[in-house]
Amino acid sequence: MSKIGLIIKREIKSKLSNKTFLIMTFLAPILITGFFGFIIKMSMDDKTQQKVLVVDDTKHTTQLLQGNDYITFVNTNLKLDEAIDKLVKEDYTCVLNIFENTVGGGAGAVKLFYKKSPGLFFQENIKNQLEKIFQEEKLKANNIDPNIINNTRESIKLITQKVDENGFKKDDSNLGFLGFLVGALMFMFIMLYGMMVFRSVMEEKTNRIIEVIVSSVKPFELMMGKIIGVALLGLIQFIIMGVISIILTTLLSTLFLKDINKEFSKFNSQQELVKKMGTNVNFNQLEDYQDKIEVFDLLKKIDALPIQLIVICFILYFIGGYLFYSSLMAAIGSAVDSEADSQQFITPVMIPLMAGYFIAVKSMTNPDSAIAYWASFIPFTSPIVMMSRLNVNTPVWELLLSLGLLYASFIFMAYIAAKIYRTGILMYGKKVSWKEVGKWLFYK
Amino acid sequence: MSLLQINNVSKKYGNHVALNNVSINVSEKSVFGLLGPNGAGKTSLIRIINQITGPDTGEILFKGEKLSQKHISKIGYLPEERGLYKKMPVGEQAMYLAQLKGLKKAEAKKRLTYWFEKFEMQTWWKKKIDELSKGMQQKVQFIVTVLHEPELIILDEPFSGFDPVNAQLIKNEILELRKQGATIIFSTHNMGSVEELCDHIALINKSEKILDGTVKDIRKQHRTNTYKVAFKGNVMGFTNALWTGGEVIEKITEDDINYFTIKLNKAITSSQMLQAVLPHCELVSFNEIIPNMNDIFISKVSTTLTNETGTQSNLTE
Repeated sequence: MSKIGLIIKREIKSKLSNKTFLIMTFLAPILITGFFGFIIKMSMDDKTQQKVLVVDDTKHTTQLLQGNDYITFVNTNLKLDEAIDKLVKEDYTCVLNIFENTVGGGAGAVKLFYKKSPGLFFQENIKNQLEKIFQEEKLKANNIDPNIINNTRESIKLITQKVDENGFKKDDSNLGFLGFLVGALMFMFIMLYGMMVFRSVMEEKTNRIIEVIVSSVKPFELMMGKIIGVALLGLIQFIIMGVISIILTTLLSTLFLKDINKEFSKFNSQQELVKKMGTNVNFNQLEDYQDKIEVFDLLKKIDALPIQLIVICFILYFIGGYLFYSSLMAAIGSAVDSEADSQQFITPVMIPLMAGYFIAVKSMTNPDSAIAYWASFIPFTSPIVMMSRLNVNTPVWELLLSLGLLYASFIFMAYIAAKIYRTGILMYGKKVSWKEVGKWLFYK
Repeated sequence: MSLLQINNVSKKYGNHVALNNVSINVSEKSVFGLLGPNGAGKTSLIRIINQITGPDTGEILFKGEKLSQKHISKIGYLPEERGLYKKMPVGEQAMYLAQLKGLKKAEAKKRLTYWFEKFEMQTWWKKKIDELSKGMQQKVQFIVTVLHEPELIILDEPFSGFDPVNAQLIKNEILELRKQGATIIFSTHNMGSVEELCDHIALINKSEKILDGTVKDIRKQHRTNTYKVAFKGNVMGFTNALWTGGEVIEKITEDDINYFTIKLNKAITSSQMLQAVLPHCELVSFNEIIPNMNDIFISKVSTTLTNETGTQSNLTE
């Protein structure tokens, strides 16, 4: 047993002293969060302070354009030329010119002069406000109370709810897109660490150190030591990556998502208000978040995620799936002499993993399809498919059965792999075929 | 007393018979030569002794006990195809392999320091294997093999890759280890070193043991009644006197001296031959030619080869 400990220790140490491995461990989460941060930052960039000089030829909008924490409107009676002159000389960022013919059925046009390119959010804000103002103007001109129109507006939200065999209604919070993402991550990690085991086994064989080592330890101990070593390494890497990611996301979200979060809670309380008071709410007091509804939806979904369940299942399925596939990879690594020869063996192993991935994509739209259901029990695909199907309503027995099958198959697979490994590591110079490998299973 | 007793061991890989009913007895504190052409089954036998694989039938006794896992720490093995981790520092690597053989960390460190000093390689400790020459790597491997002070040391082609100076160094170490009480099984194609080092040999060919005994006895047994005679005088007279008693294999004449290699018929003894030829010549010297291990190896292996036509031998190495 102490020998397995030595093997595990060496395996971890040799990888930890590998610079590429270390760099990837620290760089990957920085790159990924950095990438998302960059995208968010790009969309948030609109929030630079805007001081707008309004030249309103129609005189309708005076006092009606509402500024917010980053947009300030300043009305002026100056002519456009003078206003632009002022824009250049003073600290204004834009001049908004509303043409006289904008109201009254004419082809409405408004022009924005700027020094620095105005963001999309900012443009959208001005456009929405003006449309609302002019719509109300027109309604008033026709003697219609804008409140009536507002009150007739209905927004329908379709809520899906699952009814189980016992007739219980449950909140359906399928992970949807995220489930697929988690499945893809699982695919990546199983492949990554499986290949690590494969390389480590092949390295010892091509190095010819293997014969010295198996004269000291049993091949099975060596194989298991490797598999466990890389698994621990994977978990260490997970923890490091996880901690860095959490720190970075918290940092980024406090930096960039502050406003969105504030608006999100405001939006939530507004929704509560609407639910309580129905259409009697004074809509003028409400802020219009139409343009941010999608972002809010995503935030809501994230809030509703069963994070603990996902993390626990991810770790359990990763370990199970990894153990299962890495035993296969160890057997392959022992059978071949060089990486070039390995393709014919690796491809058939990749196929079920890929299949799992595609089923996971499919289960994004239809998590209860027969193929997704069965694939979440078959050990070749279950780690990926079950993760993408996972939601709070997944029956515990399904999880237990699927995990049980996975771990039981690992034990079976390790037994088979050990037989191939034992013979393969000492077999040189032969181009190995599947048939040959099959024979090794029956050597005494 | 025998340290290792191999009794009727057979091993098959699929349809290929690697060992067929091989029995060998290795006595304690001896250097035992395990000889045979490539593919004869030596490595299979060595792997069975190392418990890397098990025999299909037969048994192996280590000091009278059935060979088991607990004997692993009592055996040191230097395989023919040997390597080390390329990227791992020498010292760390040696420590790892020593600990796998059951040495405690502190003890391993102490002994490694001793050996590294002995071979003057203290500066290698932190170097990577990549940075060492092949001979240097071999030294590291040799140290790792004997570090845990095994009772049985198995060396498969230990001198390949060494320059003559280092080969001599290792040879001396082997003899020193035997003096200290270790038993050594030594597999090689270098017959010169077999005569120099081995007390006892076994020759394996085509999965079977075909020869077994002490080097002295085997050489004696393989005497072919062949002599080298140097004489001055009449060649014709000499040949006539020899008549049908034997056959002249080789004739060389240098500075009036004739060197004849003569293979006598079985019934004729050397003194009979001398009595017959002495009246016809002046004898300068007379020696029996005792075949060396190389000749015995070739004759033994090729006789079994000729029995099977069409089989290619690869004796050259």
